[in-house]
Amino acid sequence: MKFKIIAGLVLILSVIIASCGSAEDMEFKRYYLGGEQLYKQRCQNCHGTKGEGLSNLIPPLTDSTFLKTNKKQLACIVNNGLKGALVVVNGKSFVGDMPANNIPPVDIARILTYITNSFGNKMGTVKSEDVALSLKDCK
Amino acid sequence: MRKLATLIGVILLYAACKNGGTQATLPIYGNRDTKTITKDGKQVVDTIYQTIPAFRFVNQYGDSITQNSLKGDIYVADFFFTTCPSICPIMHRNMLKVYSEFKNVSDFKIISHSIDPKHDSVPILKKYADGLGISGNSWWLLQGKKDDTYNLSASYLVRRPEESAKELFIHDGYFVLIDKQKRIRGSYDGTDEKDVARMIGDIKTLRAETNPQIAQ
Ligand code: HEC
Repeated sequence: MKFKIIAGLVLILSVIIASCGSAEDMEFKRYYLGGEQLYKQRCQNCHGTKGEGLSNLIPPLTDSTFLKTNKKQLACIVNNGLKGALVVVNGKSFVGDMPANNIPPVDIARILTYITNSFGNKMGTVKSEDVALSLKDCK
Repeated sequence: MRKLATLIGVILLYAACKNGGTQATLPIYGNRDTKTITKDGKQVVDTIYQTIPAFRFVNQYGDSITQNSLKGDIYVADFFFTTCPSICPIMHRNMLKVYSEFKNVSDFKIISHSIDPKHDSVPILKKYADGLGISGNSWWLLQGKKDDTYNLSASYLVRRPEESAKELFIHDGYFVLIDKQKRIRGSYDGTDEKDVARMIGDIKTLRAETNPQIAQ
C-alpha cells in the first residue's frame, strides 16, 4: 500500500519535471509557437502549410542545407524580401519576388525559429539579438 | 392497404437515395427565366438558365480563345494575377490537384483569367505556366481587355475585381464549375483544400451526367 503511494508520487513528480523542462526549452517553445502564428499570417500562403512551396514558382523551406548555409542571410530575406534573385533550393533554381516584411526583429526571430525547426529542419532557437546582428550586414 | 405500404416504401427509398452518398445531379445556379415554346405541336414552358456569355481572350500560347474553344467541355474558371502575393498561390496550389486529376480527360478544361492584363502579357503568362509546371491545353491562362474580364466576372457570380493601391488587386478566390451548356453548376472556395476536393468529386458527377435534357 505504502509502496503504491510512493510509486504514484514519484510518477507524478517525474511527469511534472519532464513537462516543465529547462528555461531554454521554454524560450524555444515561446519563439516557436509565436513563429507558427506569424508564419500562418505572412508566409504560409506562398510557402505552404508543410513548407512545400509551389512548383517552380515559390521555393520550399525544406532544404536544411540551404537554410544552414544561408543562416546569416535568412533575417535579411524575411526583412527585405527578394527581387528576382536566383536561389537554388533542393537542386532547383528559382527566380521570383518575395515581399518585404515590416516587423520587429523579435518577430523575425520567432518566424525563423519556426521555419528552421519545422518541415524536417532542426537548427535550434534564433534569438532576437541574432536577428538584429544579421540585419546589420544584409547584402 | 398493401398499395399504401408499397407507396411509403417507394417514398422512403427515394428519400434514402437523395440523401445517401454523392449527389446524383448538381444544382443549376444563377437567374432563370421561362419561355413558352412549341414542342411536337404543343405549347410547353421551358426554363432558360443563366449562361456564360461569349468572350474573346488570348491564352499563354498566344492563341485566341473564345467560347467556341470550350465547346463540348466542362470547365472551371477562376480570376488571378501572376504577381498576386496573397491568395493566388494557395488557389493555384489547389488547382494543380484538379489539373493532375483531369489533365488527360478530353472534355475538361481550366481557365484562369488574369485581372492584371497590363502586366500579365502572353510571355509572362507562359513563364507562369512553366513555373507552375503545366503544359498542353487543359489549363489556359487568359488575358484580354481588362473591362471584358471584369465584366465577365459578374456572369460567374463572383465579386468584380477592384484595383487598390495596397493589395494591387482585390478579388475573391472562387473556382466556378461550368457545364457543357455554359451554366453554373458549382462554386467553391479555391483557397480551401476541402472545398476543392469536393469540387473534384462534383466534376466527376457532372461528367457522368447522362440525362439528355441536361447533358445534351
Ligand atoms: C508572395 C509570396 C511569398 C511570401 C508571402 C513569402 N515568400 Fe519567401 N519566397 C518567395 C519567393 C518567390 C522566393 C524566391 C525568391 C527568388 O527566387 O529570388 C522566396 C524565398 C524565400 C526563402 C529563401 C529560399 C528558401 O526557400 O529557403 C526563404 C527562407 C523564405 N522565402 C522565407 C519566407 C518567410 C519566412 C516568409 C514569411 C515571413 C516568406 N518567405 C513569405 C515567395 C514568398
